[in-house]
Amino acid sequence: MTKTKLIQLDTLGRNISETKIQHSGYYYESFRIFRKNKVAMLSLFVIILMIFLAVAAPLVTGFDPDKQKLAERLLSPGVKGHIFGTDEFGRDIFTRCIYGCRVSLSVGIISQLIASVIGYLMGVTAGYFGKKADDIISFFIQVFSSIPFLLFAMALMYALGSGLMNLYLSLGLLSWANTARLIRGQVLTLKQQEYIQACIVNGGSSRRIIFKHLLPNCIPMLIITNTLGIPSAILTEASLSFLGLGVPSPTASWGSMISGAQTFIRTNTYYSLFPGLFIIVSVMAFNMLGDGLRDALDPKLHK
Amino acid sequence: MEHKTLAEPVLKVRNLKKYYYSGGGFLSGKKTCVKAVNDVSFELYKGETLAIVGESGCGKSTTAKSVIRITEPTEGSIMLDGRDFGKLKGEELKKARQNIKMIFQDPYSSLNPRMTVRDIIAEPIDIAGSWKDKEERERKILEACDMVGLNRDFLDRYPHEFSGGQRQRIGIARAIIEKPEVILCDEPVSALDVSIQAKVVNLLKELQKRLNISYIFISHDMGVVRHMADRVIVMYLGHVVEEGSKEDIFESPKHPYTKLLLESIPVIGKEVPEDDKELISGDIPSPANPPSGCCFHTRCPYATEECSKVMPELREVDGRPGHKAACVTIV
Repeated sequence: MTKTKLIQLDTLGRNISETKIQHSGYYYESFRIFRKNKVAMLSLFVIILMIFLAVAAPLVTGFDPDKQKLAERLLSPGVKGHIFGTDEFGRDIFTRCIYGCRVSLSVGIISQLIASVIGYLMGVTAGYFGKKADDIISFFIQVFSSIPFLLFAMALMYALGSGLMNLYLSLGLLSWANTARLIRGQVLTLKQQEYIQACIVNGGSSRRIIFKHLLPNCIPMLIITNTLGIPSAILTEASLSFLGLGVPSPTASWGSMISGAQTFIRTNTYYSLFPGLFIIVSVMAFNMLGDGLRDALDPKLHK
Repeated sequence: MEHKTLAEPVLKVRNLKKYYYSGGGFLSGKKTCVKAVNDVSFELYKGETLAIVGESGCGKSTTAKSVIRITEPTEGSIMLDGRDFGKLKGEELKKARQNIKMIFQDPYSSLNPRMTVRDIIAEPIDIAGSWKDKEERERKILEACDMVGLNRDFLDRYPHEFSGGQRQRIGIARAIIEKPEVILCDEPVSALDVSIQAKVVNLLKELQKRLNISYIFISHDMGVVRHMADRVIVMYLGHVVEEGSKEDIFESPKHPYTKLLLESIPVIGKEVPEDDKELISGDIPSPANPPSGCCFHTRCPYATEECSKVMPELREVDGRPGHKAACVTIV
């Protein structure tokens, strides 16, 4: 709470000033705490930088990510203006890494958005309505969380065919269970709060309770779980692309680049090193951002 | 309050029952039934305060929550303004709900932390759609705000910025914004400091006079009840054991439980004799396994053989109309 002293005088010139509280919402308060966390701020900066690189890729680099130049195969970093060198088809590795951001970030973010929506609706239905709905949804949560993630993702990608859209969908459909479980637990606690009973007393519909009372109170949890879910989605995308089940070539993706680089790992180590670094940095940044958000959004730390 | 008995009651509850079932499933043992509210009947007249008192776990909150249908009652009828509130559905129920509101016990959990005070107070009129334009909405909010003595500048703030007493005022503003006839107060002051309790109780009394509201006032604090109530119902283990006007209950209590409850009010400077029979002892029995006959006989200092066999009826005692007790030992 930021306090500013205002001097107020009444008509007789007496000082009637009082401490005026610049009242602010929960999220402003969270941002204030978040801002003090240096590691989280650095992660946020890294993520924003990556998003910028992904969006503005054609402006950042002069090379075409997909155009093959067989005369310039497997160049070392720094030769002929290729900062990270070139791959076995003469394509600029730096350019491909940046274009790879597009795939990885969009897969991470969009798949987690899909997971948030499905997870919230499932979790709130199970937690709020209880009984049969709870039994059925809880069963599906158990089933989804007991299947090996990567295998299931592979199976889905085989079934749907490779492609960016299918990646979003399959990863989103796979990771809702964790969100749903957490939301269900949260809703079970929130349901006991008297403001929910007050809403019932006033004639509020289930829809109003779910979207007006429960959703705003679940959003911090959704933000945290899905920020922490992004790195695992990025990793899964990289694994799938490594296995040839991700985005179809020649579209650049960190996983498929590493897959292509494995033949040359002894002679041209840097080729597999750079996309690997991009994966590590992005995953770490999202993980640390998630940790920072968890601390900042904890209402117990507010005051 | 005999003159009021001539009028038609605003709220008439007959044979209200609320049973909770547990167990009975796979591996969870025998099915048990907890009779939280067992055959409770009462009337509430225009502009009066009916207090429901009793120990923790005697079913007073459950009675209120069943009457207002936060939990659906198992059995019984709830007549509000001559209509069976207990049977209403959909839009009719929504409309009837405008006339019966509730003030909650915990001022911390009764306000949504993510809503501004304005939106919290306006929730009843937002749901009922009882405003045509933003100005009318704002006018109603300000009116409610003024009636409960809440500073208008506070409307854009969030609940966590307020103290318990102010939060309870916000809760009261939400309850009165539609000017209902009946308000159920579920221990509205027991979570507050003693100094704030008096202010909130006086506010409730003042609002009652201004808006002619009828209160059902649930409390375990006999001092507050004495200040607020016109009539009193004493509950024990889901049953009504005594009913009467405030004077009947406080000046000439008939049921042994009521007497013990009144004895339990601490008085400064009062000596307690060593062999005092008039002190309540033991714990309230489990409502899942209530005693036979009169449910109070396990703790009653006057219990006889008959008490463990016969379930006493609520009947008029003391020759005063409206003063009823359920005990066989009263002549």
